[in-house]
Amino acid sequence: MATEPMIRTEADRDPEFADWFTDLVGEEKLRECIHCGICTGSCPLASHMDFGPRKLMHLARQGFSADVLGSNTIWLCTSCYACTVACPEQIPVTDVMYALKRRAIEGGQAPRKHPVVNLAKGFTGQVHRRGRMTEAYLIAGLALRSGVLRYVGMAGVGWNSVRTGRISLLHDQIERKEELRNLLDAVEQHGGEVAVR
Amino acid sequence: MPEPAARTSGNGNGTPRIGVYVCHCGTNIASTIDVAAAQRAAESLPGVVLSREYKYMCSDPGQEMIKDDIRDHGLERVVVASCSPCLHEETFRTAIADGGINPYFFQMVNIREHDSWVHKDMAAATAKANDLIRAAVRRVRFHQPLEARRVPIDPKVLVLGGGIAGIHAALTLANAGKQVYLVEREPSIGGHMAMFDKTFPTLDCAACILTPKMTQVRNHPNITIWTMSDVVEVDGFVGNYKVKVKHRPRYILEEACVGCLECIDACVFRRGKTPDEFNLGLSKRKPIYIPFPQAVPQVVLIDPDTCIEFRTGKCKKTCIEVCADRNAIDFTQTETFDEVEVGSIVVATGFKAFDAGRLPQYGYGRYDGVYTALEVERLVNASGPTEGKIVLRDGREPERIGIIHCIGSRDKNTNVYCSRVCCMYSLKLAHLLQEKTNAEIYEFYIDMRTAGKGFEEFMLRVKSEGVHMIRGKVSDVYPEAGGTGRVVLQAEDSLAGMVRKIPVDMVVLATGLEPQPDAEDVRRIFNITCAGGGFFMERHPKLAPVSTFTDGVFLAGACQAPKDIPDTVAQAGAAAAEALALIDHGYIELEPNTAYVVAEECSGCKTCLGLCPFSAITRVDGKAQINPVLCKGCGTCVAACPSGAIKQNLFEDEEIYEEIMGVLAHV
Amino acid sequence: MSGYDYYPGCSLKGTGKPYEESLLAVFESLGVALDELDDWNCCGATAYMAVDEMQAVALASRNLALAEKSGRDLVAPCNACWLVLNKTLGRLEGDVDLRDAICAAMAATCTTLNGEGRRPLTLEGSVAVRHPLDVLVNDIGLETIEEKVVSPLEGLRVAPYYGCQIVRPLAPFDDQHDPQTMDRLLAAAGCEVAADYPFKTRCCGASQMMTMPDVGIDLVSLLIEDAIARDIDVIAVACPLCQFNLEGYQGKVAKRIGKEAKLPILYFTQLLGLALGIEPKRLGIQRSFVPVAPVLERRAAHA
Repeated sequence: MATEPMIRTEADRDPEFADWFTDLVGEEKLRECIHCGICTGSCPLASHMDFGPRKLMHLARQGFSADVLGSNTIWLCTSCYACTVACPEQIPVTDVMYALKRRAIEGGQAPRKHPVVNLAKGFTGQVHRRGRMTEAYLIAGLALRSGVLRYVGMAGVGWNSVRTGRISLLHDQIERKEELRNLLDAVEQHGGEVAVR
Repeated sequence: MPEPAARTSGNGNGTPRIGVYVCHCGTNIASTIDVAAAQRAAESLPGVVLSREYKYMCSDPGQEMIKDDIRDHGLERVVVASCSPCLHEETFRTAIADGGINPYFFQMVNIREHDSWVHKDMAAATAKANDLIRAAVRRVRFHQPLEARRVPIDPKVLVLGGGIAGIHAALTLANAGKQVYLVEREPSIGGHMAMFDKTFPTLDCAACILTPKMTQVRNHPNITIWTMSDVVEVDGFVGNYKVKVKHRPRYILEEACVGCLECIDACVFRRGKTPDEFNLGLSKRKPIYIPFPQAVPQVVLIDPDTCIEFRTGKCKKTCIEVCADRNAIDFTQTETFDEVEVGSIVVATGFKAFDAGRLPQYGYGRYDGVYTALEVERLVNASGPTEGKIVLRDGREPERIGIIHCIGSRDKNTNVYCSRVCCMYSLKLAHLLQEKTNAEIYEFYIDMRTAGKGFEEFMLRVKSEGVHMIRGKVSDVYPEAGGTGRVVLQAEDSLAGMVRKIPVDMVVLATGLEPQPDAEDVRRIFNITCAGGGFFMERHPKLAPVSTFTDGVFLAGACQAPKDIPDTVAQAGAAAAEALALIDHGYIELEPNTAYVVAEECSGCKTCLGLCPFSAITRVDGKAQINPVLCKGCGTCVAACPSGAIKQNLFEDEEIYEEIMGVLAHV
Repeated sequence: MSGYDYYPGCSLKGTGKPYEESLLAVFESLGVALDELDDWNCCGATAYMAVDEMQAVALASRNLALAEKSGRDLVAPCNACWLVLNKTLGRLEGDVDLRDAICAAMAATCTTLNGEGRRPLTLEGSVAVRHPLDVLVNDIGLETIEEKVVSPLEGLRVAPYYGCQIVRPLAPFDDQHDPQTMDRLLAAAGCEVAADYPFKTRCCGASQMMTMPDVGIDLVSLLIEDAIARDIDVIAVACPLCQFNLEGYQGKVAKRIGKEAKLPILYFTQLLGLALGIEPKRLGIQRSFVPVAPVLERRAAHA
C-alpha cells in the first residue's frame, strides 16, 4: 500500500507569498498570531473546511501558498466576523480571507468551477453590467456553471419564491449604469493592493 | 549662604585647573564619535591642563587615572564625557573625593544617551560632543565646594497590605528588631491566599501554611496590625515619612472582643441575607460577621448598610445581650486617624481577579454552571459555602467540567500580558475537582506555562490523572438544547486538527490577575508610578525589582506584577532586606542641589510659597525660607522668583550661562 | 423629524420584498418619511470584496456620495448593505490616499442631479448609515411606538435573531455579544421575547446556502432546532438573506434534525406592523413560505 509522505522542504515554501501575507495587515500584526485557535473554534464553517483559519495562518506565514489558495477554507468563509471579534491579537481574520480570495482569483489558483467563485463572478458580472443584482439570474447562472443537477433539490424553494411573488424576472438596473461601469473600470486601473484594514 | 570658590593655585591667571576625560565606552560612544578628536579639541579649551581618552572611564583603572592626575597634575576640576549621570555621576564624584578635591567640582557630560546613541553621522556627532564638552568645561569653573547633607533614617517601617507578601515582609522586618505598622484594608489579614484551598505545586493546604504566619504576626511584639485601615496621606521623604492612616469603624472594641462568635448566632437575622464577600457571593452572611474562621484579628464586625440598628435604630440588639460581660459592641464608633513616622514603606497591596462579566460570551452571570476560578477555590474549600462539596448553584453535581484558560489574559481586547499563575492553578483545580467528583475534566488551553520549580512535574501528574488537554481556546458558551442544564463548549482541538463540541455541567473560567482598581490613587499617595498593565513600576525590571524611583518605597508581591506565592514570598523578603539595608546604614545623603534664598533680595512677595511641590518653603520674618532637607532641587521657585532672590546650588546663573555659551560657541 | 433616505439593496426588491413592504408601511404608520435613494446601485455585499477591493469600495462609495447630498441619514435595512456602507465610510475616513483615489475616479465618471442639472459626483463621507432597528428604537423611540400599538402580540413567543453583520465587527448602536435593540422593540410590540435564545448572533450561513447547500443546512439546523426545543413561535429577523435561509429550507432541516420544522420567520418590521394594526397584506405576510396564520391564531386565542 503506497503512503503519501507528509514532509515539506524549504523549497516548497514561497517567500514572496509569505512576505505578501504578513504585510497584509501591517505592523507585523499577522506575525503576532499566538495560535490560540479561537478563530477556528468560533467559525461556524470550520468543521467543513479542509483546515480552519488558525492552521491557515500558520501555513500562510510559512509561505505554503498552494495549500492555502487551493483549500476550500477561504471559500467557505461567510464573513460573519466571529473570528475577528474573538481574536486576542486583534487580527482582522475576515479581511485576510478576502485578500486571499482576491489573490486566488487573480492568480487563477482558485479551485476550478468552485460554486463560491462562480457566484462571485456572476454577482460582479451583473453589477458591472447593470449596477444591480437580480437574484433569479444569479442563481440561474450559478446553477448553469456549477452543475444544474446540484440545484434540482432547490426546486421547492424556487417554486415557493415564484408563488409568493418574491422573485423578479426583470433584470434590475440603474439609470446611469454606464457611469458606474466607467467608475469601476477607472479604479481597476488604479491598481496596487490597498492595505487591508 | 555658601561662599564663593576659594582661589587656589589655578592656572596662574586665577582660573582653576581642569582635567577632561573622554570615554569610549567600548564601542557605545567610539563607534559614532571620534573620541580622539574630541580629546584633542578639549586640550585647547581655556583652563584645561590635560585631556585624556580611555576605553572605560567607570572601570577601576579609569577612576585611578583620575585620582593620579589630581595628585600629579594638581587638578582642581574634573569633566568626564561619557554616559548618563544617572549611571556614574556618583562613581566619579566619589573618585575625585578620594583623590582629594570636593566631589561637586565635577561635571559629567552625556555623549552617549544624548549623542552617540541617537545620531548616526560621525562628523556631526563629534562636533556635538565638542560643543557639550566645551560647555561643561566653561561651567565647571564656577562650581562651588558643596557638602552633601546627611539625614537619619527612621527605623520604623510601614507595610501596606496584609496578604502573604505583606505578612512575610512584616515578619522579616519585625524579626530583625524593627517596628512595623501593618496596614490592611479588609477586616482580616491573609489576602487572597486565605481564600485558596490547596496551593500548587505541593498541594499544601493554604490555610495550614498561612495561618501560623498570621498568628506570628498577631503575636509579634514589633508588629502593630491595623485592619479596616487605609493610608490616606504620605508626607516627607526617604527616612522621614509622615503617614496618616484612617481606621474605618468595626463597631466592635477590638481589645474587648474574644472572637467567641456568639453575637453572630444571637443576631435577630435568623439566616444570612447579604452576599458573603469572602465567599464571593456564593453564600450569605448576617450583618454581624467574621470574614473567615481563622481571621486575624479574631474579631467580628458589623456592616452598617444591612444592620437593622443602623438602618432604623429599632433593633432588639440581641448581640449586645449576649456580649454583656465583654461589652465589645459599640454602635457609636467612628472613623479614627493615626499619624505615624516611618523611614521606609513596603507596598504589598496585591491584585484583583479579572471580572469575568466583562466577557459576556462566556456566560458568567447568565448560566448557572459558569464559575470563576476564585469561586471554585471557595467551593472546594472545606470552610467554603458548600463545605468543600462540589455542588452547582442548581444543586446538581457536575459530571463534566470544562476549564477555560486565558480569560482576561493574553488578549489585546482585555489584558495583553500573561497572568502567569492561571495554567498552574487550572491544573490544580482540575486535580481537586476530579478528586472530589470523578467528573470528566477538560482543560482548554493555548500554551501550558509551567516553568517554576516542580511545576512541570505537577502538570505531568495531573495529566496522568486523566484530565483531557485540548489545545484551543473556547470562543463562547451556549446552553445545550433540550433543557439539560448543560452548556456547550466549542473549540478547535488544534493538536488533533478538528473542531470539538463538548457539553459540560460546569465551566471554570481561569480569570487573570489585574492591578487593584485603586492602583492609580494609591500610587499618587506614595509618589510611585504605574506601568505595564497598570501594576506598580519597579526601578529596574532586572536589577531592581523591589525598589521604586521613590527612595524608601519598596514593592512586594502581585501589586508589582502577576506572580505566584513562592515568588511573592521571595520578593517580600527582598523588599524587607532592602528596607533593612537602608535602616542599618542609618542615614541617607541628600544631593546638595537645593535652592536657597538670598534674604537681602527677597521682597516677601510669597510667589514661591505655593509653587513648591514639596512644601519646602515657608515665610519667616517676612522673608521666604527654604528647608534644604525637603527641597528636591526642581528649580521651580528659582525660575518663578520675580526678584531673582532664589538661587540653586549646582545651577547658579553663571553656571547655566556658561553652559549655554559653551554650546553655542561654534555659532 | 425630517425623515430619512432609504437604501433598499438588491434583495429587498426580490426575495426580501416583505421586508421593504413592512418597513415602508411601518414608517408611514409612524409618520416618518422614508424616501428611496434615487439611482442607488448594488452595495457589493460580500461577493465584490472577494473579487476586487478597489471596485468594491468604489461601488459602495457611489451610494454614499449620492446619499450625502440630502443631509438626511440613510436607512439600510439589509444587514450586509448596512455593514458594507459603514465599513466603507470608516475606510475612507482612515485612509486619505484611498479616499482621494476614489473621489478622483468618481468625479471623472459619475454625476448627480443638482437642481440646475448634472454635476460631477463628489464625496465627503458625511452621511450616516443607520439600521432601521437603530432608527426605530433610538430616534423614533419606544415610547412613541408603544403609544401607537393597537394590537399587542401578547402570547407570541418570539426569538430575536440579529445575525452577524449588524453586531460584528462594528456594533455602534448595540452590544456586540448580547444586543438588545430588537428585543426591546419586540417587547414594545407586546411579544413575549425569548431572552433565553442563545443564538441571536450566530451566523445563518449567508450565501453558502446557495453555493454549498449541505453546509448551509447544517448552520440553519442549529438555529431552528434550538428554537423549536425552546417552544418558540416565530423567529424575528433583520436581514433578507437570514430570512430566506431560515425559512426556505425547513423541509431539509426537518430531515436533518429528525423533527418537524414549520417555524415562521418574520421580519421584525412585519411583527411591529401587526402590532401597529397594519393590514397583514400590506406587510407581505402572505409571502411567507411557512404558514403564519396558525401561529397568529394561537396568539389571538391567547389574547
